[in-house]
Amino acid sequence: MSVTALPRVSPRRRRTDKVMRSLLLVATLIALVPLVFIIYYLLHKGLSAVTSSGFFSTDPNGNFFGNPGGIRSAILGTLEMIALATAISVPVGIAVALYLTEYGKESKFANVIRYFVDVMTGVPSIVFGLFIYIVLVISKIGGAFTGWKGAVAISLLMLPIVIRSSEVVLLLVPSSLREAALALGAPRWRVMLRVVLPTSLSGLVTGSLLAVARGMGETAPLLFTAAGAFALTGNLGAQMNALPIQIYNDIQSPRNAITARAWGAGLTLVALVLIINVIARIASRRSRMA
Amino acid sequence: MEASATTVSGGRSLIERSPLSRLPDQVLQWTLTALAAAILILIAYFFIRLIGQSSTAISHFGWGFVFGNDWNPSHLIFRGLPLLVGTVVTSAIALLIGVPVAIGTALFLIEICPRRFRTPMAILVDLLAAVPSVVYGLWGVFVLAPKLLPVEKWFASTFSFIPWIGGGTVTLYNYFIAGLILAIMILPIVSAIAREVISTVPSEHKEAALALGATRWEMIRMAVLPYSRSGITGGAMLGLGRAIGETIAVVLVIGNADVIGKHLFNQGYSLAAVIANEFGEAANTTLYKSALFEAGLVLFILTLIVNIIARWFVSRGTRTRAAGAVMAGVAVDEV
Repeated sequence: MSVTALPRVSPRRRRTDKVMRSLLLVATLIALVPLVFIIYYLLHKGLSAVTSSGFFSTDPNGNFFGNPGGIRSAILGTLEMIALATAISVPVGIAVALYLTEYGKESKFANVIRYFVDVMTGVPSIVFGLFIYIVLVISKIGGAFTGWKGAVAISLLMLPIVIRSSEVVLLLVPSSLREAALALGAPRWRVMLRVVLPTSLSGLVTGSLLAVARGMGETAPLLFTAAGAFALTGNLGAQMNALPIQIYNDIQSPRNAITARAWGAGLTLVALVLIINVIARIASRRSRMA
Repeated sequence: MEASATTVSGGRSLIERSPLSRLPDQVLQWTLTALAAAILILIAYFFIRLIGQSSTAISHFGWGFVFGNDWNPSHLIFRGLPLLVGTVVTSAIALLIGVPVAIGTALFLIEICPRRFRTPMAILVDLLAAVPSVVYGLWGVFVLAPKLLPVEKWFASTFSFIPWIGGGTVTLYNYFIAGLILAIMILPIVSAIAREVISTVPSEHKEAALALGATRWEMIRMAVLPYSRSGITGGAMLGLGRAIGETIAVVLVIGNADVIGKHLFNQGYSLAAVIANEFGEAANTTLYKSALFEAGLVLFILTLIVNIIARWFVSRGTRTRAAGAVMAGVAVDEV
């Protein structure tokens, strides 16, 4: 019994293998180049703006000469609108996901809902802005352009993300848990509130936070719904400033002081989004440990 | 509730619930179902209202709105071929650049990268999706466009014999820059779906290929790619849907010229960009505004078609529920 030697891999094939493997590595590195550049320039150009005096404590004043002001009203506007958008989209989104996992399951109606929710994720954000403009702004319900209308537009964008990510998490709850609770005599609503939701809580938080991070950076839907005030306002019933809108307007300015503010606001926005992403990841890690 | 479950009254058995205690269950079920149904109604309602708002422009220009080449707001003529061409050209550039890189990244991360580096690298690639589009625009306007201008000029004059590339002035903002930014923006979503699809390739297939003496690359070419082709195609189509609908980054770097650019490095316009850029001016002119709504309608239908095809491919490629979450922009390892 002699061991047959395996035929050697021909040099040509070995070379192809090496070349292709390094090409794949190169593709990965290319994918990371823009990220590095964006972060570098945000820090390089944004830090000096962020550290300038009054950047976070004054509002943009719209003056063409002199100090253009900071971004306080933009940050506050973004936070207010995203808070309202979250308050709308997270409960509704989790409720729809509960319907899909607890009642609808594989029924035809549930699959139709799933399909249209997926379709919603593909709708461009500017089209959501147009929808809200048509339905809420033209009709002038509670004023023309208001912060809450911007929040509604953003919540429409966040909704499909919340629904789909929540559904995945809710499906992970073992059915033995549900069955145990039902067998102990708990009614279905109690099973959902006391067993299904708490078990999947951290996963739900992760999905919602990712939706928040996504909604926070959206500009297009705000252009026709909330756009255009400089002043600080806590009133969601008035026109509102927001970070993305502020950046968008500042980019188009010919003045260096204002474009510098755009970089500072960009850095602030990216920092906020990244912080939310990190919290989301921490929450999801916790859910996997549990 | 506990009380009613244990009391006997009116001849019911010990464990049967009273009708009253079943009420919350039914209310909850109906509320949740109604909420789900409301989403369908909402989408239909929006769609109908959007058609209603664009009806003025539709009746005025008919198909000429899509295929006529004359966008002239000052004369109230809205034939939007320049917009459509811009959308198609920039999305095509985005796919040509973005998809190969995204697939390469996915293959590298799943099949070649040492396991220890896989998650951190994947997180870094996913971070690209976290950057807001207005920040891409900011970066494009002040960094990418000016830095690439000399390169584009050199390229356009060196390769001027290729049609639609050279032989004209290279503008600071142009189709190519817009397409390049779109390529970067669709990269994370295409890569996330490709990763998801590639990781579902059964290891038996891969091991069989390796056992037959295939090299790593041959294994990828013969076992991994054929198996995941339709899923990856679907991912690319979803990326295309994103590219078509992207507004803010494009409006800042495409140049917003309402004629069709003569070549790749010329300025142009896109369907999404025109809405964002001209909405303020159109506010008081019914026909103008209606034309912009129709641009939105065309955009909506276009992305709808692309997404429906994409979902068909992806659902053929992966039969997991998780694919839905990936499409929603949430990578599964995050949930």
